[in-house]
Amino acid sequence: MTTQTHASPSMDLPGGGSLAVRCQGVTKTYGKGDAAVRALRGVDLDVYTGELLMLVGPSGCGKTTLISVIAGVLDHDEGACRVLGEDLRDLSPNKRAAFRARNIGFVFQAFNLIPTLTAAENVSVPLLIQGVGRREAMARSRELLAKVGLGDRTHEMPTRLSGGQQQRVAIARGIVHNPRLLVCDEPTSALDHKTGQRILELLREVAAGTQLSLVVVTHDPRIFEFADRIAEMDDGRVRRIAEGQHHDHSTGRGGFDIAPGDSSPGGKEQA
Amino acid sequence: MLIIAIKMLLADKGKYFGIVLGVTLASLVITQQGAIFTGIMSRTFATVTDMGDPDIWVMDTKVQYIDDIKPLQSTALGRVRSVEGVAWAAPLYKGMLRARLDNGEFQNCVVLGLDDATLAGGPPSMIEGELEFLRRSDAVIVDAIGARTRLAQPDGMGGKRPLRVGDTIEINDRRGVVVGICQSMRTFQSQPVVYTTYSRATHFAPRERKLLSFVLVKAMQGVDHKDLCDRIEAASGLAAYTRDQWKWKTVMFYIENTGIPINFGIAVSLGLLIGAVITGFMFYSFIADNIRYLGTLKAMGATDATLMNMVLVQALIVGTIGFGLGAGLASLFGAAVKRSPLAFLIPWQLLVVSGSAVTVICLLAAMLSMRRVMTLEPAMVFKG
Ligand SMILES: Nc1ncnc2c1ncn2[C@@H]1O[C@H](COP(=O)(O)OP(=O)(O)OP(=O)(O)O)[C@@H](O)[C@H]1O
Ligand SMILES: [Mg+2]
Repeated sequence: MTTQTHASPSMDLPGGGSLAVRCQGVTKTYGKGDAAVRALRGVDLDVYTGELLMLVGPSGCGKTTLISVIAGVLDHDEGACRVLGEDLRDLSPNKRAAFRARNIGFVFQAFNLIPTLTAAENVSVPLLIQGVGRREAMARSRELLAKVGLGDRTHEMPTRLSGGQQQRVAIARGIVHNPRLLVCDEPTSALDHKTGQRILELLREVAAGTQLSLVVVTHDPRIFEFADRIAEMDDGRVRRIAEGQHHDHSTGRGGFDIAPGDSSPGGKEQA
Repeated sequence: MLIIAIKMLLADKGKYFGIVLGVTLASLVITQQGAIFTGIMSRTFATVTDMGDPDIWVMDTKVQYIDDIKPLQSTALGRVRSVEGVAWAAPLYKGMLRARLDNGEFQNCVVLGLDDATLAGGPPSMIEGELEFLRRSDAVIVDAIGARTRLAQPDGMGGKRPLRVGDTIEINDRRGVVVGICQSMRTFQSQPVVYTTYSRATHFAPRERKLLSFVLVKAMQGVDHKDLCDRIEAASGLAAYTRDQWKWKTVMFYIENTGIPINFGIAVSLGLLIGAVITGFMFYSFIADNIRYLGTLKAMGATDATLMNMVLVQALIVGTIGFGLGAGLASLFGAAVKRSPLAFLIPWQLLVVSGSAVTVICLLAAMLSMRRVMTLEPAMVFKG
């Protein structure tokens, strides 16, 4: 827990920005022989530092697999994937765990809060994993919970919170240790539309003015407006990248807008 | 992180109690059965325990255990006495003789004949009367449990009353007068113990050429008991054992030549097995229930070592509580049967054994579950 893996900031771009993630020709096959499933078939994708990138596409196209690789919880087969300047496959399991503990935050569809811990205790977990003392970890967690609007619920058990509140706790847990990359797998699909929008607002809010990069997997076209860029996946590849409404023109990143009512990725879902 | 482990453990009351129950069961069965076994085994050498004074027992080389009497030539006593380092040596008669009760029934008794001069090897404590009273004519001292149970007399009203000082019993058609009641350990077959003098015992006993069962030896101050045994054996051609060696020889005879250890072994193994299966199964299922959260911790950067520590702490907590409960229940059981004829003894070694067994069970349960944690793919946390 004491090993700290500092990512080298060596992924600077000519334009002045930098890359948090660079995937080139990344493949991943689950299983072997007849049962083999080629989940990723050569993914090329960059995630810029400080941006909110949405990953969309039909069910089974490999979104979760891709963010698992990016988050360093799954090994890819071929191609290159550098996260914060590191090729995670080069790291030993312990080094990789330390890398995740330090640099990556997670938000899940099902929240994955530990039901036996209070909201604040849940938020403190990434700090505890890094070896921060319990007292300090709890203090920082309570502070952060106040920022996400749950200052009065720090002692509540997760089951006594609403879905939206639970996801707020989960977001607090995802960023409490100041990670450089936050991966969110369908953070809103267990929530109603309005709550989902608030969650995205919150994500943008906490990332504003920081170097935090967000990769958000979603099916929900109604939250596309919060994206800087939207990467559309299909059949194990990134097919196209679009500028989102939050696209900052000053960066000069090219692209095209997805008009409301455009073919929703959820609509292409295969049975 | 360990706090998280503990909170996780205590959260699911049902599983938690299930695991603790499994450990308790194993610990209870091992401790309780072990205590009965130890109790029974310690009764096999009750006579040796009761005779606290002699350091060394001398006997025929063929003797295998305390009730295996192979009488010695009376000259053996003199030979042993003359060995350097012997403070004193006393004859002991030990035999199983028939006593006839007032109601005409017969009862086998362990008769111990003590050296007339010194009465060496007398009972550990007297309840009534004194050891010295054995010097009176026809005197015998009877152990309290025997007096209360198998030697009880008709009370003239159809019931029974304990044998008392002043009563007479007939041993092999010879009169014995009870002059005292003593405390003594229950013997293996629970026969009454009758103390008398060596010469009187030889009168009680059927006529035989040789009647000297054992020579009891006290070593001089500072003399090593094992060395002295060697010297006695060399000088007399007999076998000589220290008190502890003699107890162990007796116990080992029973262990090797009776089905007792096998019976207890089976009971203990069954308890262990059932306890281990319940514990292992419940613990595994507890870990399985929490695998999603362990996976989340793993994804968030907790190392395998951290997670295994958590599992280990959980196993050790249930182990400690279960062991305490099991051993405690066994002790309660022991206290409850204290006044009954049941043999029950919990030496600290037994607690070490049952504690170790429980530790092994918990470690096995933890290891079984740790495999699950080790092979856990952190990517599973994204699965719905
Ligand atoms: N552990 C696994 N073992 C075998 N096949 C898997 C595994 N995980 C995913 N797959 C398969 O890989 C493909 C991509 O799965 P993935 O979960 O990445 O898709 P997804 O885009 O996240 O889908 P959804 O939108 O339904 O969550 C699917 O065909 C899936 O069945
Ligand atoms: Mg998915």
